[in-house]
Amino acid sequence: MADLAQGASAGVRPPILELDGIGVWLSGREILDDVKFGVGPGELVGLIGSNGAGKTTIFRVVLGLLAPSSGRVLIDGRPRPRRNRSVGYVPQKIALDPDMPLRSRDLVALGLDGHRLGVPLPSRRRRELVDEMLHAVDATRFADSRVGSLSGGEQQRVMIAHALVSRPELLLLDEPLANLDLRSEQEVVELLARIAKEKGLAVLISAHDLNPLLPVVDRVVYVAHGHVASGTTDEVVTTEVLTRLYGHHVDVIRLHGRILVVAGQGRGADPPLAQELGRLSNPLDDIMAV
Amino acid sequence: MGGFWSHVVEPGFFQSQTVQVALLVGGVVAAVSGVVGVLTVLRGQSFAGHALGDISATGGSGAFLLSINPLFGFLGMGLAAAGCMEAIGVRRVRGRDVATGIVLGAALGVAALFLYFDTTFHSTSGAAITVLFGSLFVVSTSTVPAIVACAAGAFAVVLLLYRPLLLSSIGEDVAAARGVPVRVIGALFILTMAITVALSAITIGAILSTALLIGPAATALRMTRRPVTAMVAAVAIGVAATWVGCLLAYDSFYWPPVQHGWPVSFCIVAVIFVSYLVVDSARWHRLRRANVPAGSQDPAAAAARPLHESSTHDAEVLGSPRTD
Ligand SMILES: Nc1ncnc2c1ncn2[C@@H]1O[C@H](COP(=O)(O)OP(=O)(O)O)[C@@H](O)[C@H]1O
Ligand SMILES: [Mg+2]
Repeated sequence: MADLAQGASAGVRPPILELDGIGVWLSGREILDDVKFGVGPGELVGLIGSNGAGKTTIFRVVLGLLAPSSGRVLIDGRPRPRRNRSVGYVPQKIALDPDMPLRSRDLVALGLDGHRLGVPLPSRRRRELVDEMLHAVDATRFADSRVGSLSGGEQQRVMIAHALVSRPELLLLDEPLANLDLRSEQEVVELLARIAKEKGLAVLISAHDLNPLLPVVDRVVYVAHGHVASGTTDEVVTTEVLTRLYGHHVDVIRLHGRILVVAGQGRGADPPLAQELGRLSNPLDDIMAV
Repeated sequence: MGGFWSHVVEPGFFQSQTVQVALLVGGVVAAVSGVVGVLTVLRGQSFAGHALGDISATGGSGAFLLSINPLFGFLGMGLAAAGCMEAIGVRRVRGRDVATGIVLGAALGVAALFLYFDTTFHSTSGAAITVLFGSLFVVSTSTVPAIVACAAGAFAVVLLLYRPLLLSSIGEDVAAARGVPVRVIGALFILTMAITVALSAITIGAILSTALLIGPAATALRMTRRPVTAMVAAVAIGVAATWVGCLLAYDSFYWPPVQHGWPVSFCIVAVIFVSYLVVDSARWHRLRRANVPAGSQDPAAAAARPLHESSTHDAEVLGSPRTD
């Protein structure tokens, strides 16, 4: 299935991020095996998989927070340096109580120089950069509010500004749509698509549900059982490819512009998976539950 | 000084050398506690601070037993505990953690044993009170240089690591992704906390040391939305509370029961607590009057709604040259 990975859509431009045969073992368990995919400039790639599939682990490997047991990560065609600030990262959740004294603008400014020593001196240029970034993610309204008191969608936008203010060429977002309502979800997706195109940024977004990302992703990387399949949506999200990836029969159904992945009744169906899908009573809500 | 002031500030207050040392030590310790305290709360390590205080009590009582300066007892035990916490990877010691409770209990138990020996064999009956609840008025002049040096060191570490510490309070992965050596920074901070807690154990006692570390910081966090302002406010509140507490304790010789005086630690903690209540209720009233949920009560934020919505502006912003 990995052969399918390097789709024709990668084009001639060399990828900004390339994972080459990444394998990860944690606590004696193989979490990832031979993970291969790339993200090119201006490309928005969805990293799709259910909980525990290994999405966060892939991000941690790319960020250099976790050493893979095999394979390598190339950024701009070179092995990633130990300190790499050309990668912006938005984690799944941030740990801030509502009454912590840290404003949105403070958090964005930390994206600019949070690694530096000493207390920052007031700088006009710094303030302008922060203001511009807050405006770009439409967060000006709550620039002076405490980050901890913002809603999930607002925090998400501030974190995107934090990740982008140092002008990285690669942006990683770990489940940015989790816990967002439908409207914030759409807003964040549109914002990311616009930024990726305008800035020529390589963007990798993880999600457990492909559907909200469908209108904007150029390619998808599907993760299951430690393996990945990557390519365009049409190449990857098919009954054949996903059946091979999951190791049991899976039906891909396209319905009203959405994609439903449903565990089939074929041989060797994964009982917990079938059970999980069985719980989803309304088929229209059954959005990529796998 | 008029008649009124001579009643508030009893004659001889500023002339007394004991008071001079107390004001100096209290001020320095409160200042460093304010700065470290704000970061402690921001990083969610208040309980670790409390644990360090309890454990350092063992060191303080051991120091009495060996007749060495209690500051070095507090410091030695606190730094050792911080080192252990870091080594076994307890980055954020949690109040719910059963293991933490058992270790703290054991440490205080050993402190009880040492204090018992102190009172029984050395007849230093004041040791228990001094170690657990402190007294700013018994700090010896010879300790002052060591206290000031420790405070300066803690201050320097925190100011130097200010931004990385703040960044890793958002999340260790975020900070590490920015190239911050999270473990080194975390280790340096917990050692700095141990020093700060030892200093405040000297000032108001091991048990009360968190009151000085967390109290002014917690009050300051209610007052402002900016981390630097919060630090300045915490320093101001801590120093003011310590000085006012000294003054009250000095005055209390004329309070009932006359000629005994109230413990200076009680006076300091009382002022800290009252200032917290005042600030918190003031904030509560302000929010209630504004009828706005907490956190978004800023008029400037409401006024700063997007002025222009053009996407060309965004394009220009996003396309501007790299700065980093
Ligand atoms: N430090 C660790 N030690 C052992 N197993 C881990 C560790 N971190 C993650 N895992 C396991 O790796 C798998 C993938 O986790 P993760 O990457 O967080 O999944 P996802 O982000 O897709 O939900 C999970 O089964 C998880 O239990
Ligand atoms: Mg995850």
